[in-house]
Amino acid sequence: MTGADAAPGRRMTMIEAINDALDVMLARDPMVVVLGEDVGYFGGVFRATAGLQAKHGRTRVFDTPISECGIIGVAVGMGAYGLRPVPEIQFADYIYPGLDQLVSEAARLRYRSAGEFTAPMTVRSPFGGGIFGGQTHSQSPEALFTHVAGIKTVVPSTPHDAKGLLIAAIEDNDPVIFFEPKRLYNGPFNGHYDEPAVPWSRHPDSHVPEGHYRIDLGTARVVRAGEAVTVLAYGTMVHVAREVAERQGIDAEVIDLRTLVPLDIAAIERSVRKTGRCMVVHEATRTGGFGAELAALVQERCFYALEAPVERVTGFDTPYPHSLEWAYFPGPVRIGEAFDRLIAA
Amino acid sequence: MTAGNLPGLRLHVPEPRFRPGDAVDYSTLVIPPAGAQPRPDEVCAASETHPLCLDLVRVLGDDDRAHGPWNPALDVATLLRMLRLMALTRAFDARMVRAQRQGKTSFYMKSTGEEATSVATAMALAEDDMVFPSYRQQGVFLTRGYPLVDMINQILSNRADKLKGRQLPIMYSARECAIFSISGNLATQYPQAVGWAMASAIRGDTRIATAFIGEGSSAEGDFHSALTFAAVYNAPVVFHVVNNQWAISSFSGFAGAERTTFAARAIGYGIAGLRIDGNDPLAVYAAVRWAADRARANAGPTLIEHFTYRAEGHSTSDDPGQYRSAAERAEWPLGDPVDRLMRHLMALGEWDAERQAAMDAAVDGEVRAAMRAAEANGVLGHGLHHPFRTLFEDVFETLPWHLAEQNAQALHERQVKWPDWSDDADLGDAP
Repeated sequence: MTGADAAPGRRMTMIEAINDALDVMLARDPMVVVLGEDVGYFGGVFRATAGLQAKHGRTRVFDTPISECGIIGVAVGMGAYGLRPVPEIQFADYIYPGLDQLVSEAARLRYRSAGEFTAPMTVRSPFGGGIFGGQTHSQSPEALFTHVAGIKTVVPSTPHDAKGLLIAAIEDNDPVIFFEPKRLYNGPFNGHYDEPAVPWSRHPDSHVPEGHYRIDLGTARVVRAGEAVTVLAYGTMVHVAREVAERQGIDAEVIDLRTLVPLDIAAIERSVRKTGRCMVVHEATRTGGFGAELAALVQERCFYALEAPVERVTGFDTPYPHSLEWAYFPGPVRIGEAFDRLIAA
Repeated sequence: MTAGNLPGLRLHVPEPRFRPGDAVDYSTLVIPPAGAQPRPDEVCAASETHPLCLDLVRVLGDDDRAHGPWNPALDVATLLRMLRLMALTRAFDARMVRAQRQGKTSFYMKSTGEEATSVATAMALAEDDMVFPSYRQQGVFLTRGYPLVDMINQILSNRADKLKGRQLPIMYSARECAIFSISGNLATQYPQAVGWAMASAIRGDTRIATAFIGEGSSAEGDFHSALTFAAVYNAPVVFHVVNNQWAISSFSGFAGAERTTFAARAIGYGIAGLRIDGNDPLAVYAAVRWAADRARANAGPTLIEHFTYRAEGHSTSDDPGQYRSAAERAEWPLGDPVDRLMRHLMALGEWDAERQAAMDAAVDGEVRAAMRAAEANGVLGHGLHHPFRTLFEDVFETLPWHLAEQNAQALHERQVKWPDWSDDADLGDAP
């Protein structure tokens, strides 16, 4: 829990927290605009922008053509003008037509113009699976962006963090990819898909303070302290890994990275040096995933503190399936066995 | 392979009419007389311009006189300024190619034959209208008064390069002249210009945006995205397609020119479109002023096809003699823009060969002086560059830990190779 918990606020879902962050920033900064497919009158397919157009006007919150290249491209131009655009890509799976504008333009603009022009945009996009979205509504493409020099990548795991991180991202003067785990929009997900869903209202991190607050990009959070093994996770997998540790009675320290670039390397080193064991977990495919970067960093910087090989728990290297979603998903069995191997080593 | 009596399908792969060694015949190109094209009101319905998308707006006739409703009726001082800026652009290109051949830089791109498309466009815009150029609009920078020395410093990638030696030569950035950073990824500037224009409209500003693209890269998806967004939001933007007939070695047929004009793309988006003689500086000026006034009046975007000819290679890296007939340039039926404006001023009795020669000598002298000044800051590959640490600046606003570590590694490697070296010495005369 954070100190902000004492501040006035209320229980929110992650969607409500994101909506609240956008509302706060639209009210605070006249240069903030929100654009994307269905985000205007309708309020977004997941309701993240509900009510914002009515409150802030049609030239601040508006629908766009179905053109991710166009959405990101105009956001680059808006940033060059001096606006602070917050484009929504309706699903992370749809972001690829906008990749050239993100990778070659937004990410490189400050560098190539030696600071004459910048791209202070925050690209929000629902990502990840667990909702039977099939291969075009379930992907986790974060590693495509962490590989690009000049882009920051953020993944929240709670309503409290989602609001504070989104505000920090919008206020950041560099382009930020803000991936929202859609399975967490309406409740924390512990990986037990065959058990009743739990609402956010029963989770302590659903207390969201009123008004403006920031969670600085590049700061991880220890969500569960422990001595036996360090878990590095983000998004949905924070909740899944924590649940496995609790059910198996493992004294695991679960670290929610929150920001992948820039990464809170100090928090990682501190924990791994203490526990001597490390598991990295993500829902994305395995080969070339961000977990490979994390595993490499841990062995480079903490090798002599390690008591066991770093465990990498990920999705499989297949397209995200539909009917076999839970066979793909790195759930309690995959994580639990990795814990067992780490502890036994 | 065939089923029943159906004929086999055939793939059409476009082929230009003339290849190296071929005689050139442009008699099939439709060139209407100057002054024959109607000029609709700037705030007309977009559809009123659509016949002009298949026509060719021309002002300067074969008699070297200005004709018709598109004649911008510029005063002599303005015409002379236009001529001088086009001559300066040409002299600059000639000198920079020479510098590249001398090994002082890696790369250059001339705009020979296309000077009117950039110079006359920049003159027709307000000084603070935002320009999103492609890579062949050096005339815009020169017209807006961006210093020659700064352009050459960038081309030489030396210690005074405002872009810190990061960009390929000619990929300038000139915020103080309201010109956007040039990208080597083609067509990306098109939706960006629309976004800038949308932002200007959101803020109730009066400045418009304009973007350049080649006919070749109009095939990119960004072109479609940009025109769709511009049409949807009625954005205050002017689009230029510089149809210089060639995209490196691929003729305009590979961008669709065998089927229709590039200006005709406007018809499908329901925006205004004009197809103009791009080698006629007065037609360029008049069309751009028309489109800029239209955008400023909230009457919507315009797509202008500048029908011109790329008189030289794509860049210093290709030899056009390998893929097209050398006779094309000499036979091009719309002539040369510098020559045409010069002859117009002579026909007006305001100019003569002597003054032209003196002006050419003067602009060349200006470029030579700038070259000397820039060379004092170093040339590519010969020591005088920005400090090593600048490699890691501007990736992000502030330096994250991983880049700080990599910065230390880069400095360490340099010190291993040259033990006496210090990073700031590169501003002077280090190895």
